[in-house]
Amino acid sequence: MRQGYAYTVHPDTIQRSATQAPRRPSPLTRAVVIVVLALVTLLATVLSLLLGSNLIDVGAVIGALLDPANDPGAVVWGSRVPRTVLGLMVGFCLGIAGAVMQGQTRNPLADPGIFGVSAGASLAVVIGVYVLGTSSVITTLLLALAGALVASVVVFGVAALGRGLTSPVPLAIAGTAVTALLVAITSYLVLSDETTLAAYRIWVVGSLSGRTLDGAGAAALFALAGLVFAVANVRSLNSLALGTELAHGLGENLVRARIVGLLAITLLTASAVAITGPIGFIGLTAPHIARRFVGGDHQWLLPASGLIGAALLLLCDVIGRMIGGNAEVPVGVVLAVVGGIAFIVIVRRGKVATL
Amino acid sequence: MIDRRLWRGRVVIVTLACLVAAVLVGLIGIVVGSSSLTIPDVVVTLFGGGTGSQELVVFELRMPRVLGGLLVGAALGLAGALTQTFARNPLATPDILGVTSGAALGAVAAIVLGGGSYAVGAGLLSLGLPVVAALGAIGTAVIVYGLAWRGGVDSYRLILIGIGATAALMGVTNYLIARAQITEAQAASQWLVGSLSGISWASVWPVLIALVVLVPVALLQSSRLDLGLLGDEMATGLGMAVQRHKLLVIACAVLLTAAAVSASGPIEFVAFVAPQIALRLAGSGRPPLVASALMGALIVAGGDAFARAVLPDETPVGIVTAVIGAPYLIWLLTRRKHRESLT
Repeated sequence: MRQGYAYTVHPDTIQRSATQAPRRPSPLTRAVVIVVLALVTLLATVLSLLLGSNLIDVGAVIGALLDPANDPGAVVWGSRVPRTVLGLMVGFCLGIAGAVMQGQTRNPLADPGIFGVSAGASLAVVIGVYVLGTSSVITTLLLALAGALVASVVVFGVAALGRGLTSPVPLAIAGTAVTALLVAITSYLVLSDETTLAAYRIWVVGSLSGRTLDGAGAAALFALAGLVFAVANVRSLNSLALGTELAHGLGENLVRARIVGLLAITLLTASAVAITGPIGFIGLTAPHIARRFVGGDHQWLLPASGLIGAALLLLCDVIGRMIGGNAEVPVGVVLAVVGGIAFIVIVRRGKVATL
Repeated sequence: MIDRRLWRGRVVIVTLACLVAAVLVGLIGIVVGSSSLTIPDVVVTLFGGGTGSQELVVFELRMPRVLGGLLVGAALGLAGALTQTFARNPLATPDILGVTSGAALGAVAAIVLGGGSYAVGAGLLSLGLPVVAALGAIGTAVIVYGLAWRGGVDSYRLILIGIGATAALMGVTNYLIARAQITEAQAASQWLVGSLSGISWASVWPVLIALVVLVPVALLQSSRLDLGLLGDEMATGLGMAVQRHKLLVIACAVLLTAAAVSASGPIEFVAFVAPQIALRLAGSGRPPLVASALMGALIVAGGDAFARAVLPDETPVGIVTAVIGAPYLIWLLTRRKHRESLT
């Protein structure tokens, strides 16, 4: 029977790889790139600890780090250390989730939120405020985690009932459809209740402000599990890059490869969204940037994407703290604006490696 | 060949069915509402035989809303079909060209800043929300297209630049809402969902004009869309002026979306779901253009009629379309396996 998807086959991809040999960086280049990215992330971490809307001089920060009793106003240990740690974790998770996501779907428009993870988390948070009237950080975090997991199970269920999990296209469409449904319900609740809107509009922007390490353990656990699945998925991702049929021909167990990848994406994104709120942009862009530097081999692409994500998130958080005056600009906004513009510049200047 | 003729026939049937359904939904849309009319009443009034109050209800209240719903839906459905085809990506809605996010930023900025003492906002608001939204939409699309231009526009690069622009604009929009007074935040959120409740003849005309002008242009590109599916190099080799074709298709999609969004706010989901449903019903190789437009009209006008007839208070049509369209698409997706296992 005629497949309704002539346009999901990317003849461009085939032609390009045939006409222009894909740039394949040498192992040395890749290793250097990873080291440089690690150094940039380290620099971002240091900046995130040193800078903030409370101006504390470098010596005092170092003193406080070495001896918590020396902490001026508990700013360092109460605010900067937690948000730096969480920022590193969220950025790393989102970067890797994005790389796995694009490897699985081979669609540049697929962000990790596409499996309903962000929409599910949003709806859970909104229901929490609407029904329970609570918006404390820990409740929000746990609700978001639960909502994210439930929503992605629904998406996988829909896709599995249809053409199975082997083809990425129904999965992406099912995810978009479920997301739209959840967003609609969220909008309805938000529009009918002022308190809910008040809590939702702050959460949905995505921020590290006021986050503490309480309750982050649960999220970290999910993130760790997600990382394990992502690493286990690397080989499959590399064969999936050749196309579903070739991967099958190479002896890849497609169903298993899909499930492992989906688990990785869901767990990583859910933990990240639970902590900061939906920041889809890192997952969307970090892999595109990473691909330019280290090529398409997922063994290198995954760590590079993770490091780019972590550095990007922390740097944008620092910028947000500095530019807002007394009311800081949430990291989600800075990331979208700075990251969006930077992304456009990168796409315009270089030759973007297609998926 | 037989296969090809078979699906052509199915496209025609699906298109006609959508047309009939859209007309019916339009009539039902005029009938339902707070003051009761019967179908014969409506038909009589439409042909000029109604009482004064019936004429007022039908021509001034219900007609702009129903017609507006049909036209907005058709514009979004067609724009979606065009974008999904030229980008060869089922997830590519006109949003990726920055149209929706540009319109949203324009409208939200006008709402949020217009209430305060900011001269920018007051200036924007004095232009009227639809105009600001349309300007935002078209302006952003032009910028995205311009940035993607490097001796020609590559679909892939266009999509990536659209992603970047959309993210940046949505970030600013969300920030404006987060920092606004709660009443303005509510007004902005309301607009962002998409609704037909504020629609009048004045906002219907631009959509109608856009459709009348752009539908023929889009249909003339139809065979080139098929060629375009083979990829830029292949299409060029077959003698097609690829860049000119792309510019026409993108301009059609952008203008249709801008007209629709400025009339009703972003009913985003329609542009994604209408072509996908039409594609599956028709069993064709790409979203059928006319059927996608009619399906969009059916979804938006039907959703609005349903909301007015059944749901308690004024539920925005943007919510209803997603609640009806998403499960239907999901059902179509899950049904696929059974059909395939038969062949």
